[in-house]
Formats: sequence, C-alpha cells, structure tokens
Amino acid sequence: MTYKKTYEEINEKIRRGEAVVVTAEEVIDIVAEKGYEKAAREIDVVTTGTFGPMCSSGIFINFGHSNPRIKMKRVWLNGVEAYTGIAAVDAYLGAAQLPETDPENKVYPGRFTYGGGHVIHDFVAGKRIRLEAVAYGTDCYPNKKVDTVITLNDVNEAFIFNPRNAYQNYNCAVNLGERILYTYMGILRPNLGNASYSTSGQLSPLLNDPYYKTIGIGTRIFLGGGIGYVAWNGTQHHPNVLRGENGVPKVPAGTLSVIGDLKQMDPYWLVGLSYIGYGATMAVGIGVPIPILDEEILRYTAVKDEDIYCPIVDFSEGYPYCKPIDLGFANFKELKSGKITINGREVVTTPQSSYPRARQIANILKNWIKAGKFELTQPVQLLPSADADIEFKSIPTRTPNGLFLNGNRRRD
Amino acid sequence: MKNKVVCYFSAAQSEQPIICQLIRNYDLIVNILKANINPQKEGYLVVELEGDKGQYEEGIAFLKNLGVIVEPLSETVVWNEELCIQCGACASFCPTEALSIDRDTMIISFDNSKCVVCGMCLDCCPTRAINLHFEVKEAV
Repeated sequence: MTYKKTYEEINEKIRRGEAVVVTAEEVIDIVAEKGYEKAAREIDVVTTGTFGPMCSSGIFINFGHSNPRIKMKRVWLNGVEAYTGIAAVDAYLGAAQLPETDPENKVYPGRFTYGGGHVIHDFVAGKRIRLEAVAYGTDCYPNKKVDTVITLNDVNEAFIFNPRNAYQNYNCAVNLGERILYTYMGILRPNLGNASYSTSGQLSPLLNDPYYKTIGIGTRIFLGGGIGYVAWNGTQHHPNVLRGENGVPKVPAGTLSVIGDLKQMDPYWLVGLSYIGYGATMAVGIGVPIPILDEEILRYTAVKDEDIYCPIVDFSEGYPYCKPIDLGFANFKELKSGKITINGREVVTTPQSSYPRARQIANILKNWIKAGKFELTQPVQLLPSADADIEFKSIPTRTPNGLFLNGNRRRD
Repeated sequence: MKNKVVCYFSAAQSEQPIICQLIRNYDLIVNILKANINPQKEGYLVVELEGDKGQYEEGIAFLKNLGVIVEPLSETVVWNEELCIQCGACASFCPTEALSIDRDTMIISFDNSKCVVCGMCLDCCPTRAINLHFEVKEAV
C-alpha cells in the first residue's frame, strides 16, 4: 500500500507549523539522497516559481462614479487605453496595450517605452495615474468627460485577471535568416546568432505537475507578490501534445488563467517590459505550491533541468509563416549553460525569463507556508489533461460576402 | 597601458586631425568605440587608447591642452541594478563579458572595466536597466 496524504492533513501540519516545505530545486537533492518513497513521506509541499514576460495579462478596475455619473465609452490611464465595453465605470487594461502616440515600428525597430504593463507597475506602486474618459452621455449617465488623477487607493476594485500565464514549456527561438529580427523572444541575431528561451525549467509550476494532478481551478498561488488563484485553464491550453517518458511536454502545452487582488500585490513582481521592435508587455511573478499527496506527485516535482526539452523554432520563416522546419530540441540544462548545439554549430543562449527571481518566488512561498500564512486549496475542478480531446485551432480563411455587416440584423 | 576615455570637444577642435596626431606623435593605438558629432560640430568620442605609459600621458595632456575634456569611460556607463530583473538576456549580446551570468545562480553582474560601449545591451534589456550616460557638456 503506497503512502498517501490529503490536502486536509497537509493543511493541519501547516497550521501546526510542522509542514515540511521545500522548493522545486531543493527537492532534487533530497530525492537523490533519500529516494522517492522516503522523500514522499517526509515532504508535504514543493514550491515552484516563474518570473517572465506574460503578454496575456491585465487588470480589471472599477473607478467608482464621477458626479454627474458617466458611462465611459473610452478610457485611458497615463495615455494607455483600457477596454470599457463593459459596465459604466468598469474597464480592463491589458499589459500589451500601447498609447496611441507610440510611434510603434514606424521608426524601426520601435522602442515601446511605455505600455499597459508599465501602467500596471506604476499603479500597484501607488503612483499617481492620469485618468481620462469620454462618453456620449445618457439620461442616467450625463457626464461626457473625465480628466483627473487617481491612485490605487482611489478605485473600488482592481484585480489582476490574466487569460494566459505560466506556459508549460516554450519554444526556443532562433533566426535562420540573413537579417536581425526583433521578436517577443527578444533580439534574434541572423544566421543562428543566438537562441532565446523563456522558462524557469525545473522551477516552473506546470513542469513540476505535468498532468495537472494538483493544479486546477481554485488553486491558491503566489501572484504578483500577493495571493491569487487559478481561475481556469489559460487560453491556448493544449495538453495533449508530445511528452517525454517523464510526462513533461516537449512543446508548449498547458497554461493557466489566474486572478488576484491587485491591492495586495507588489510592483517588484509586476514589471513593465519594452521589447524593441515588438512591443510592451509585463513580467509577472507566479508561484504554485504542489502538495505531495503521494509518491507519483513527488516524482514529478523532482524533475531536473536535464530532463526538460523544448523545440527549437526558426523565427525568420518557420514561426511567422507557420512553416514546419525541424531543428530538433534543446535541453534546458544546456540552455542554462549559455551554449547549445544546433545543426553541429555552437550557439549562445539568451534567457528571457528570470531564473533568480523564480527561485526567490519559490522561497517566499515556502516561507509563507512554513509560517502558517498560506494554506493549500484542493482544486474545485482539475484542468483538461493529456487525455483531453483538444484541437489546436487557427483562424479559418472564409469570404464574408457581405454577411453580418453591422446593423443588417436589426430587429426594428 | 590601455584605457577607455570619453573625449568631449567643441566645433573648433572637431576640425583638427586629433586622432591622427595621437597616432603619429604619441605612437598610440586608437580604437574608436563610439562617436557623435552634432550639426554644430560639437560632440564626443569614446576611444580606447593603448601605448607606452609615458606617451599615453603625453597624449592625454595634448588633448587637454587643446581644450578637449577627457573623462574616464566608467563614469558614463550605468547598470541600474534596481530596475534589472535578472533575466540575463543582455549577457549573450555582450562581446566582452562585461555583463556576465554566474551559471550556478544565474545571477547577472556588470564589470565596468570590461565594457567597450557597443550598445547592444541597451536594445536587448526589456526593463531598460542599462543606460549609456554621456553628459555632453556645453561647447568649450
């Protein structure tokens, strides 16, 4: 009979201050020393972490009302537009949004100095933010214009709701072409000049629970320096992909959608980024605790960098034009060493995700749990896993022929 | 000896063959790392000077006598550790390992003395934590 623990048993130990909590790095050495079975009995929780650019991120805000009231038609924070096609003074500001005044790539490569992610960073830092809104005015909401200054304390609610974070594995980007490329994977030098990768490997949340056996809807997590929750699977969640013998996907696979109160977060863990020639985005700090319910789950958390592979993808033709070009796989231990070999050539590697900060997150989460400040939650529903029937779709090419033009379906 | 310096000069000086004289008269090896001259012909040069210690010092004295302001390069390169998120992207673009990663901890560090001001780190840093700071003075 194999040894099993329940969420409640682990939480009871957390409350008593007796839980054995280690990071996803530390567990590797413990397993090497004690073996899987003994380690699984002793360890209660393994903490993970990741801190990297996550474009599919943003915040919902309720500003409260002006007097007279306003139904915002368009709204800007420090000149960056938020989406307000929802209730009167609700809006969603996306991390990748740019101000209309940004020259973008008109002067190539563009600098993208300030975007949604930078606004979110400034907002959570408590800085003063210019709020501008316009409206057409209604009987119930007569105001047509707001131009003021707000801080995080002035709004009713501000919460992060990121549709896709913590990608389980990601492509290693290279450039087979003749000219320098400016991409969301950073600068790619021509003729295999460098190889860019973005994951925290053995510390990464979903690489430590490859079949999502403990991470699901309702899982309490470290998010942006505060506490958040897994809300759903992320967009582009694609679990039924090529996996290694250890269960770890060898290509981009699962993703998480996460939610949490911005008012208890920290600008250190939500940082606006500017990718030259590409755009603005935000680095998000996420840490997920994995309860060691049994030996199988412990085995997954003991995954090492050398057991994690990601596909090498060409960004000159392969990625942008969806051309399959087989360049093989890169091993994460080699990627971290600074050099990998592609087609017999040594190529320097460029990290995009911060490994030191990922480690910091895993340690902070560990300390929260050890101090009894953070208990684990059992998911109310697990995410679709490797056996799910999920098809990865693209936009279909069809001719509209005048169908569904705005207004031709009016009922009056 | 070998040293990297920033030379700020005015319009009058920019019309003189300063570099040529440094090479000819002081037997210095001059490597121009970066240069900028505005339409008013004022500007700066970032140069690496290499040669015999005595001749190096005479060369610098020659520049100063002309009214060129010579400052050590290290004063003008700024790595803002507070803005840096330790992603490490810059290190793979740095040709001299001035920006380098400790492969055990993956922590990045910056060694000013190795920097040749190529500027690649400025473009690849997503937090813009690295800045080249040339405090261009008023015309001399």
